[in-house]
Amino acid sequence: MDFQVVVLAGGVSKKLLPLVSKELPNALLPVANRPVLSYVVELLELSNLKDLIVVVEGKDVALNVGAWISGAYADRLHVEVASVPEDVGTAGAIRAIAHHLTAKDILIVSGDLVSDVPVGAVAATHRRHDAVVTALLCNAPISGPLESVSSGGKDKTKKPGRYDLIGLDPTKQFLLHIATGAEVEKDLRIQKSILRAVGQIEIRADLMDAHLYAFKRSVLLEVLDQKSAFQSLKHDVLPYLVRSQLKSEVLLNGTPQAEENGTEKVNSQSNQQMISQILANASEPTFHLRHTLGTIGSDSVRRAHKCCVYISGSSKYCARLNSIQAYNDINRDVIGEASHLSGYSFSAHNNIIHPTAELGAKTTVGPHCMLGEGSQMGDKCSVKRSVIGRHCRIGANVKVVNSVVMNHVTIGDFCSIQGSVICSNVQLQERAILKDCQVGAGFVVTSGSEQKGEVLAKK
Amino acid sequence: MGAPKKSSARVSEDHDELVRVPLQAILIADSFTTKFRPITLERPKVLLPLVNAPMINYTLTWLESAGVEEVFVFCCAHSKQVINYLEKSEWFNQPNFTVTTIESQNSVSAGDALRVIYERNVIHGDFVLVSGDTVSNMSLTQALLEHKERKKKDSNAVMTMVIKRSKTNPAIHQSRLGTDEIFMAIDPDTKQLLYYEDKADYSKGTLHLENSLLADNPSLSLHHDKQDCYIDICSPEVLSLFTDNFDYQHLRRHFVKGLLVDDIMGYKIFVHEICSDYAARIDNFRSYDTVSKDIIHRWTYPLVPDVMNFGNTTTKLERQGIYRASEISQSQSAVVGPFSVIGFGTKIGNNTKILNSVVGEGCKIGSNVHIEGCYIWDNVTIEDGCKLRYGIVCDGVTMKSGSALEPGVVLSFKVVVGKEFVVPTYSQVSLLQQPIEEDSDEELEYADSTSAITSTLDKSDGESDSELSDTHFNPASELGFGGVGYIWPKCEGGHEEEWRHSVAPITEDKILEAVKALEDELELILDGNTLPPSGELKPNSIDSDEDDNDDLRDDFDKEVEETFLRAVHENIQENHLTLEVNSLKLSYNKIAADCAGALFYAMMKYAVDMPHSSAERLTQNVQAVLAKWKKVLTSYLNDMDEQIEVILKFEEMCLESAKEYAPLFAQILHYMYNEDIIEEDAILSWEDEKKEADESDKVFVKQAQTFIQWLKEAPEEDEEE
Repeated sequence: MDFQVVVLAGGVSKKLLPLVSKELPNALLPVANRPVLSYVVELLELSNLKDLIVVVEGKDVALNVGAWISGAYADRLHVEVASVPEDVGTAGAIRAIAHHLTAKDILIVSGDLVSDVPVGAVAATHRRHDAVVTALLCNAPISGPLESVSSGGKDKTKKPGRYDLIGLDPTKQFLLHIATGAEVEKDLRIQKSILRAVGQIEIRADLMDAHLYAFKRSVLLEVLDQKSAFQSLKHDVLPYLVRSQLKSEVLLNGTPQAEENGTEKVNSQSNQQMISQILANASEPTFHLRHTLGTIGSDSVRRAHKCCVYISGSSKYCARLNSIQAYNDINRDVIGEASHLSGYSFSAHNNIIHPTAELGAKTTVGPHCMLGEGSQMGDKCSVKRSVIGRHCRIGANVKVVNSVVMNHVTIGDFCSIQGSVICSNVQLQERAILKDCQVGAGFVVTSGSEQKGEVLAKK
Repeated sequence: MGAPKKSSARVSEDHDELVRVPLQAILIADSFTTKFRPITLERPKVLLPLVNAPMINYTLTWLESAGVEEVFVFCCAHSKQVINYLEKSEWFNQPNFTVTTIESQNSVSAGDALRVIYERNVIHGDFVLVSGDTVSNMSLTQALLEHKERKKKDSNAVMTMVIKRSKTNPAIHQSRLGTDEIFMAIDPDTKQLLYYEDKADYSKGTLHLENSLLADNPSLSLHHDKQDCYIDICSPEVLSLFTDNFDYQHLRRHFVKGLLVDDIMGYKIFVHEICSDYAARIDNFRSYDTVSKDIIHRWTYPLVPDVMNFGNTTTKLERQGIYRASEISQSQSAVVGPFSVIGFGTKIGNNTKILNSVVGEGCKIGSNVHIEGCYIWDNVTIEDGCKLRYGIVCDGVTMKSGSALEPGVVLSFKVVVGKEFVVPTYSQVSLLQQPIEEDSDEELEYADSTSAITSTLDKSDGESDSELSDTHFNPASELGFGGVGYIWPKCEGGHEEEWRHSVAPITEDKILEAVKALEDELELILDGNTLPPSGELKPNSIDSDEDDNDDLRDDFDKEVEETFLRAVHENIQENHLTLEVNSLKLSYNKIAADCAGALFYAMMKYAVDMPHSSAERLTQNVQAVLAKWKKVLTSYLNDMDEQIEVILKFEEMCLESAKEYAPLFAQILHYMYNEDIIEEDAILSWEDEKKEADESDKVFVKQAQTFIQWLKEAPEEDEEE
């Protein structure tokens, strides 16, 4: 397949503090005891995409990520790790590595995607329509991100789980409108010209842009080149391409190369193509084609390009690890309802306990739990719906519910952990009670302390 | 009035299962428009023949077949003619189908009509609301059922509109019926109508939907491919709503939009889409043409000439879609092409060709006449050698030999076209002169002229013969030798649009022109599409014109801005300006923060509108304006909230209406601080407020960070001193 794959793995995201650090960047954050990046890489591998460029922010991060990848995949994949400066945005990252891109189409995927959507199907959709961009859409997750809760008092209309507003044509193949980020909360503005050409637009608020795109390389690079203000693929490049799809500006300048130029093709072949398409598909020609052919006799030539979507089925799992809430949700899902993603085989009790893990007397590990290699638990402990990493030492009478405990964590007797994330090398002294907390790496929670909804991290 | 009405409605509902309420319909026999002039000066629109039968017959026949038992025909213009016609016809003595006329001379709109009907207190349950120019064969059962079901669940579901799929030509913004394009937003699950926009403003490239529409629904569909059939199933509340809102005139523009906008009462409108049935309303000459063709092509079955057979004559369908009435005398050498209708007793001469046309009763058509795509009504005389293309020729017209009609001509009653005279394209010819007081403004078109003129006409109906003999001599020259009638001068506005609504096919160059305009429009949208420097795309950047932004601001802001500009240009004193703004504040019921925001907006807008070559110059402009009018502004800035409002307003301007300020934000903020317009506390609490905001909203906080930092450190220094 003539696709080049770019994985945007980011750097150290502020939204995920205190879970991430230079040593543990976003990409290596463990989900069910595996770096989150491995989910994307293995998803791509399933579609036989083995040639990857992983782009990370910052040199240190590049070293860490590179080391992990060469350890884990050296034998089967060809992965190149490129580092770009911090805060250049996704568009800037692509600009920085543009010289590496040679294939006709580029698949760009966010490194924090945890999904089982067939990437090959997205690529095929892209090719079939000869689109300039194809975006993967998935159902918006039910559980809202933390931001919506905190700012909930301000605007009451905001409902959790509303990320993007997406306009589709009736066949659900083309992307006609997209509002992302702050625009979602504003009034909807639809271009009449597009509505006129299509006749009907369906606006969906229950879909989310999963940040997996197939771009036509020539178009992407041209847009990035011409619009130097564009910083983000999702917020700038994609909306721009969607907006200008009936009045394409791309490929107007420079010498378009015949082999890779879909829009030229549409323009040069007139009625005949329309007829042949009708005969071939036995369906109506797409509105793009009708639109471009509508001007026969007029001196100007219309250009249009297609923005397509691939909508993942409701049975597929698709989530992005871009907030702490999402981190909790994804960990829960990967060992729970989307357990096939984890790549582990579950025991009869629907949980995974590593053979080297030691459990004390009367200790129970419920279903949808995971206990990593070499971890020890004392007597009368109870673990429910939680992930516990490697080489943790957990005392007696400890309760862990709906939480993630990373590696080398020490937990004293009679501790209770609920809805929290405990990073590596944390020490919880006995009788500490944590509820909905995030504890940064290496932190020491003093004995008997009781915390609720706090972020605990080393200064 | 309201109380007894409601109780009667409730009683009928309660007994729904026991006593069946007869289905009622209101048929409005007046369109309250002037689109069929000059013909409608002499005859009401509902009596105009459509494929040789008056339009109202189609509507009544359909209502009868659809199970309506009681029809109230509301007559306004030419009411006597309508009533006379109905009396003579058999509609008044049908079993199980009562037709009652309601007459009103001083109604100027559908709204008035419904108010009159409400006062009569004749409607007791759900009713069908149609106008007398509707042609349909749809079954109402399903739509009525849906309406009743919804009504049971939600008493606010007052109306169900019937819509039909119909692709509008995107280039010329009109449907095949010649009506304007309509944008609708419909909830795909409940079929609730959420947004309705006809009479679209073409200058605006975007459709603006309020965010709240999406608040309750995960999805909605926007439609441009639906046609409004103007068949509504209404609950009795609709009538009382018209009475409560006495300013509702137009069914769609006022009533539907009024209900959609009003969220206090929470009334809801739903749509019912028909797929295979036919429904269309004759709104203008183009839809007259389209619907006539649809009838001839039998899309409206059973409403077709050979089945309907009004009056005594029978019409037979022959091969190739030719309909012939009896007693036609046609020369051997004459040709009647496919899809034509020839009326009773018409004579056709040698070598005459009739293509795609409808010819009425008792017409005399000479030899060597060529008729194509025309609608020729009754008792028309066409002498030898005439050429008629795409025109409407009313009763009693005479075309002298050798005369011709160019496409799109309308000849009203009894006009005589002189020998060899060629009537120019799109002309409207009548024996009556064009009413002078015509208001070309669509909004007011039904407001004044109609009723006044019609009443005089009704009077003159009896004596028209004598009047006509007078006119014989005067305008003779305007239609050639021996011609009688006035060619109406084209009013401005109408000139541009005449091709849209005429029966003539739209010429290719018009379409090309429209396509060109469309492209320019697209270009405009993209040109105005500069991105804010932050790279965060704002939806407003799609707008190219400032008007759009103005629309978003409310009237108060505009009013303040105008007041301010007047003060600047006329050198009005500061305290007078303050007085004026105060009075605006009271009349719009605003608070001081609103005034401060609006005034500040006006000032900054004024500053940015002054010529400036560089950012520096712009800063100087701002400083000059602010220095001069500082007092007015600060009089509204007593409170911290008001100052924050100003900062927020400024931020908003930088993002949307005046992006030139974006790079100068911190600088101007600092200046305002120095000038004591804004106090430190306000700036700090503004920053505080923004802490929770999205990254994208923080652009300006970041820009002003050094200044804020300085502010925070400054007080410590003060203490030291």
